[in-house]
Amino acid sequence: MNNNVAPDSKHDNNLFTRSHIKWGKKEETDNFAQKVKLFRRRSISEDGFRRFRLQHGAYGSRLQMGYSMIRIKIPSGEITPDQLEKIAGLSEAFSIGSAHVSTRQNIQLHWVQLEDVSEVMRGLVDVGLTTREACGNTVRNVMCSHFAGVCAKEEFDPTPYSKAIAQFFLRNPVCQNLPRKFKINFSCCADHGLVRIADIGLVPMINDNGVKGFRIYLGGGLGAASFLGHLLEDFTFEDRLLPTCLATIRLFDRHGNRENMARNRMRYFVNETGWDTFQRMVIKERSIVEMTIASSTLELFRVHLENEQKEMSKAHRYLKLPVLDTQNTLSEGPYERWVHTNVVSQKQEGYFTAFVTLGAGDITANQLRVLSGAIREFSIEGTARNTPQQNFAIRYINGKDLYNFYTRIETAGLTNPGALTIASAVGCTGTTSCNLAITNSHRLAKEIEYKFLELQHDIDDDLRDSTIKISGCPNSCGQHEIATIGFFGGASRIENSMAPTYTMLFSGNTGEHGELGKTIMRVPAKRVIDILRKIIEIYKHERSGTETLRQWIYRIVNEAGTGSVKGIDDMKVLLSPVAQLDPIEQDPESYKDYGSDIRFSAKTARGECAA
Amino acid sequence: MMYMNTKKRDSSTSINTHIRIPVICDTDTVQALILKDAVRMVDVRKLDEYLQSHIRSAVSLPLSQILEKDPSGIIDILKNLGITDTMPVVIYDDTFGALAARVAWTFQYVGHPNTALLEMTFSQWKSMGLETESKNNTFPKTEHTLLINHEIQADASYVDLAKEQENKFLIDTRERLNFLTEHIPNAKNMPYTMLRSDTNILRKPEEIRRLIENRGMSIDSEFITYCGSAGTLSGLAYYALKLAGIKNVKLYSKSFRDWKMLGKSKEEFKEANYWDLSAD
Ligand code: SF4
Repeated sequence: MNNNVAPDSKHDNNLFTRSHIKWGKKEETDNFAQKVKLFRRRSISEDGFRRFRLQHGAYGSRLQMGYSMIRIKIPSGEITPDQLEKIAGLSEAFSIGSAHVSTRQNIQLHWVQLEDVSEVMRGLVDVGLTTREACGNTVRNVMCSHFAGVCAKEEFDPTPYSKAIAQFFLRNPVCQNLPRKFKINFSCCADHGLVRIADIGLVPMINDNGVKGFRIYLGGGLGAASFLGHLLEDFTFEDRLLPTCLATIRLFDRHGNRENMARNRMRYFVNETGWDTFQRMVIKERSIVEMTIASSTLELFRVHLENEQKEMSKAHRYLKLPVLDTQNTLSEGPYERWVHTNVVSQKQEGYFTAFVTLGAGDITANQLRVLSGAIREFSIEGTARNTPQQNFAIRYINGKDLYNFYTRIETAGLTNPGALTIASAVGCTGTTSCNLAITNSHRLAKEIEYKFLELQHDIDDDLRDSTIKISGCPNSCGQHEIATIGFFGGASRIENSMAPTYTMLFSGNTGEHGELGKTIMRVPAKRVIDILRKIIEIYKHERSGTETLRQWIYRIVNEAGTGSVKGIDDMKVLLSPVAQLDPIEQDPESYKDYGSDIRFSAKTARGECAA
Repeated sequence: MMYMNTKKRDSSTSINTHIRIPVICDTDTVQALILKDAVRMVDVRKLDEYLQSHIRSAVSLPLSQILEKDPSGIIDILKNLGITDTMPVVIYDDTFGALAARVAWTFQYVGHPNTALLEMTFSQWKSMGLETESKNNTFPKTEHTLLINHEIQADASYVDLAKEQENKFLIDTRERLNFLTEHIPNAKNMPYTMLRSDTNILRKPEEIRRLIENRGMSIDSEFITYCGSAGTLSGLAYYALKLAGIKNVKLYSKSFRDWKMLGKSKEEFKEANYWDLSAD
């Protein structure tokens, strides 16, 4: 099982001894093509086929079941230039010529004809990628912070562990038919990563005796009802990592709710059982696992420690980021602005991580090719990571190469600023392709990004640590509940007409000390940008001292405002006039969603994730 | 190499013995034919590009010169390029084969079946270091017979009937988002982008066959290709289907623009905002 670890020959010349796991299997592509034919001939049932299709990473497209969204897993978010180029070619041949970076480190190809899915899989296998278990009731893509390995605050690099866990569970009989999907997220430190909104979230730590291990959180997750994960114990030794995950999954498999589709994620079971009881169950189950696990099974869990800095060339010692002064940024030009908003220094002195800003995660085939070339030439590790903010992080760029990297990707229009700022709004696919979507969250995220870049909000450091995230329905793929300002889509009746609207939430937060956003009010889709601008205006007027927008919103949500806005109610009073809609006759545009020239109506079809 | 299948045509007269070339001609065959002076190479890029450099012995025929011509006008062009009835003609472009395909199809339509596409574009030819020249080639005028091949052409009324008929498949070769927006009812979408490979203007025949069979279409059926307007993308698809071994392929040369101008029925899909996924 999954033992094909081969060094990627293309990268022999770089200084990392990194192995690239071959995730895909050729047999599965032939099998998929065969199953599609049987399904078309009605030789297999629709439900049976749906289950099979989802297990292999293909969702049905919005109200057109002859098309699929193909979700390519990028385990730990780590992807090679060869893989990016292959995805570029596949998107042109079989999709829409653009690929889409998701919020869980997948890359999605939309509107692929069902009959071509096997062809896409075939191409992916060529470069070691898979779509297997990207959807369905299985262990989904295992995420790892894109800062892992370069984060100054991390105690050790969790990436090898994240990959080993992904490899162990992929195609593993123990998780082929769980009550519901199962998500595992690794972070690098307490701040980065999405550890408290996963079924299992892990923060690497070294204990007082110098032993490696993790802080493990269980039972978190976002959705119609969201919960934050609970800390299992103060410290979980490295060698208990696998038994702990295995025990948790076995418990979920045995006790999870298989009856009620709306309550079958593990977080509901944890909530209904009570954390104390569940915690005891996990500890007990773990002892059973440890006592009974076969050594042959244990051998399947292999952590390939990567000897990262073995021979890394010394970077320029005194090199600093060229500009960190907001006032000067604009006058100094686009490169300085980009550095200010898209580049961070690494713990490896003289090396930098540059972020490539994408509009709601979309990137064209041609851009992927240019990016691939730039990664090969300028990243010492020779790979990229995709991020939950729907961008790419290119790491290990020597400071002296930063400008050349910039000019290279500029040729493909990839140097938009704002990646690490409020301007980089996240949006799920929404009505562009999702069956469950009510609104076009995808386009709204892009509109916000364009507007905020135009207004130069990206260089306003008071806004920098705030985030905006948007989902097209309450299901939270856009992770709106962990945003400083989050939105999820819905429909409102105004007199006799329907208008696309969003429910706005305040003060969600990621990381180990994450919090879920609080619902504030409903905002019509075509008023969202106005509302955001109003919020910023009020903040500028009301804030005390140097507090950032995020800090101020936190204070307002906790009813601790010191100015004229004391809390949420005062806020609503100020915002309500902006959120008002005139009747449809006077303002027909507000009754159409973004990207649509017809009157809005909420149409959805059966959700696929539960199948 | 890959598509090599050259055989001599039975002929009692030795003078007119010409090689019958396959629909896609590989570089080895082309080079050998050029050396023997036994082929007419036709360059359909713009004239100034041709004048800078082209494949040895090639003549220039920009696509725009043939689009508005009637069949006898095309025959005049063949004559002026010194092409006889049986002479092999190999056509190339620098637009992934689409312009070359449209010209090649036109030649076949007016009565020059011995026409092929070069397997690669001019840029690829050049990057492989194969022989080019810059002199403007002309050849003595020849005779050429007009013999319309109605079998390979479809017009709107033919398509209108065919779209309802079993064993006839209408292939829309435009890109996915255009197809989703609107298309001829019952058409199947095979975007031209899915037919090419990294190195050649078309994939291998067995791969194209697999794409067709995956769609549940038998290669014994009749296929009609169309695209947005000029019949270029659908011309390339015409040759892809030919290469895959399909006997009965037709080109709806006036394509979807004609269909819309005639006000014929369309299938549309407005329930999703798929255009917003494009990063272009
Ligand atoms: S949040 Fe809703 S609309 Fe967005 S992708 Fe998920 S299910 Fe679809």
